[in-house]
Amino acid sequence: MMKFTVAILVNNQFGVLNRVTSMFRRRQFNITSLTVSETESEAFSRITVQSEGDEVKKEQLINQLYKLPDVCSIAELDTADTVNRELLLIKVKNAPQTRGDIHSAYDAYEGKVVDYTKDSLIIQMVGDSRKIDNFIDLMRDFEILEICRTGLVSLQRGEATIRRVTNL
Amino acid sequence: MKLSGSDIIIRTLIEQGVDVVFGYPGGQVINIYDSLYKYRDELKHVLTAHEQGASHAADGYARATGKVGVVIATSGPGATNLVTGIATAYIDSVPMVAITGNVPTTVIGTDGFQEIDITGVTLPITKHNYFVGSIRDLADTIREAFRLAKSGRPGPVLIDVPKDVQIAIGEFTPQASPVPPDPAAPAKDIRIRQAAGCINSAQKPFIYFGGGLITSQAQDELLQMAEIIDAPIGCSMMGISGIPTDYPRFLGMQGMHGHYACSMAMHHADVIIAMGARFNDRVTGDRTKFALDARIVHIDIDGAELGKTVSPLHGLRGDVKKTLQKLIPLLKSTRHPAWQAEIARLQEEEAAGLDSREGMTPRNVISLLNGYLGENTPVATDVGQHQMWAAQYLNLKASRRFISSGGLGTMGFGMGAAMGAAMGTGERTVLVTGDGSFGMNLNELATAVANLVPLVILLLNNGVLGMVRQWQTLFFQKHYSNTTLTDRGTDFVKLAHAFGAQASRALTLEELKEALDAAFAAKGPYLIDCAIDKDEFVLPMLPPGGSMDDIIVKIGG
Repeated sequence: MMKFTVAILVNNQFGVLNRVTSMFRRRQFNITSLTVSETESEAFSRITVQSEGDEVKKEQLINQLYKLPDVCSIAELDTADTVNRELLLIKVKNAPQTRGDIHSAYDAYEGKVVDYTKDSLIIQMVGDSRKIDNFIDLMRDFEILEICRTGLVSLQRGEATIRRVTNL
Repeated sequence: MKLSGSDIIIRTLIEQGVDVVFGYPGGQVINIYDSLYKYRDELKHVLTAHEQGASHAADGYARATGKVGVVIATSGPGATNLVTGIATAYIDSVPMVAITGNVPTTVIGTDGFQEIDITGVTLPITKHNYFVGSIRDLADTIREAFRLAKSGRPGPVLIDVPKDVQIAIGEFTPQASPVPPDPAAPAKDIRIRQAAGCINSAQKPFIYFGGGLITSQAQDELLQMAEIIDAPIGCSMMGISGIPTDYPRFLGMQGMHGHYACSMAMHHADVIIAMGARFNDRVTGDRTKFALDARIVHIDIDGAELGKTVSPLHGLRGDVKKTLQKLIPLLKSTRHPAWQAEIARLQEEEAAGLDSREGMTPRNVISLLNGYLGENTPVATDVGQHQMWAAQYLNLKASRRFISSGGLGTMGFGMGAAMGAAMGTGERTVLVTGDGSFGMNLNELATAVANLVPLVILLLNNGVLGMVRQWQTLFFQKHYSNTTLTDRGTDFVKLAHAFGAQASRALTLEELKEALDAAFAAKGPYLIDCAIDKDEFVLPMLPPGGSMDDIIVKIGG
């Protein structure tokens, strides 16, 4: 199924995330990735959400979002015009016989070891979702102890900003 | 000026043009009720028997007047008792403001006595809701709630005010006039031009409207359009009373229990021009078989309705009235004799199939009632068979005069809604109800008596939950599971008398006529216990999951 990402600029108030996700739930939009963060303005938070479905589903989602009074602006983020990044922390078993292979892998992926103990190590990696997925797949050959990834953060390339959509 | 939070609430309501509020007092709104006492000459409060009744009354008031209905309830159970009323208003796009009290902010989140997270509970059934944590925000939040409730596609807004905010003293700056709704814009010109091209190419055009036509007050434009393009007109249940029932081009209600000619005309149209309607499943039947030959032009103020259930060729997001005003000059005046002949044939088929039996049949009962209705008499209904008979047979002349729970199908809606409509319009109001629905909120008889509400309650008493029974007859091998009410033995005449209302029983049409004579001359509420056979059907009927080709028009011999 087609995946799509939208960024939603919302009023920075408690309960707003609940309003947005509640709408997703009751209208059966599946969320595949969700990140929420503060923005350049205290007045707004930014929700970046990835969902799946056809063009009709996407349009419906955007139209339903616009009906929420706390939603100020929505930007459709298509991958060609967007910088998409995720942060991954992955903890794998540190064993003498696999140490070299793990090292080569995260080197090739430009990852970084941020914690190193006798029995485990944590690798940090930044990249688009596909790179993160591929690296996790690679690590399955070793013993993965724990994974945590942030979900997508996305910005449009060039001068475009979400706030221009409605001239905020 | 410095005022308490509760005074600010009442002063802001008055400022917003509210003349009556419905509600029920309790521990966490006692300050608001003290302010209501203080301002009792400027704002009337109607005490109902139950918060649900108050919410339906605010809804009925709003549907009948077009103004925002207001309801007040205390925290906890008071607030949760509003839920069905708020949901009913939400799905039928009725402007409403609900104000609830809550425990003090210091107690919020500790499961205090009668504390409930009502903003959480009502999240999916309000346009928006507010928890007012500070008196500084109170007046502007209420103003904002009114703006939201009546702007665009109207709906309910809830404001939860903790008790300490009601008690606190804050600055209040009165505003000279109510907050206006957001300006309603027409659809984009390019879309209107494309739609006009489509409509001008139609050979079998059909105009279809819902409740949005009434909200937008676009009746004149709709009729003008119908004359220009020579189209028959149909409506959803929410559209009833939008145009006069006896308008020559009007085929009535479409859908599951719609008028035969209307449903078939829509099914066979080549262009459907829909406005202020949302194509729900009671309208389309099986969506994959709905009006397959039709190109659909869909006008709605809510862009999310365009393409939600059916895919319009032309989706026009905008105010119906303003969009039609721009669309009409682009339409070619034309005649469609072949299509009109087909419509006439469908109408003849419908007329031939109409129930022509004598005696207390649903059609004869509603037809008799029609003779008593004035130009402006509001008719409210509950939900079930009686509602569909009312929708099919009522002859209404003025807009906002059919008050019925469409989307939610709320049994128990009628008593509250009819009272709200009567109080909002100052007109004697009719409630067509059934013994099942009436049983749900009959406690509101007390409210009607206390306020001497001119209410004619026509209770179609068949001793069964008729609509469910109809399905059990047709689709469940006559397994009448929990739909027989006769063993309750309720004497509705005695019951009305016990409440202090007038009442009589009608077993024949002659008795019904006498009862209606008395009821329409009575001062307060008057209940007519009108006997209907338990095996009357609502027909036509679109079987569940069927298309208009499967429509059932007759049962048995």
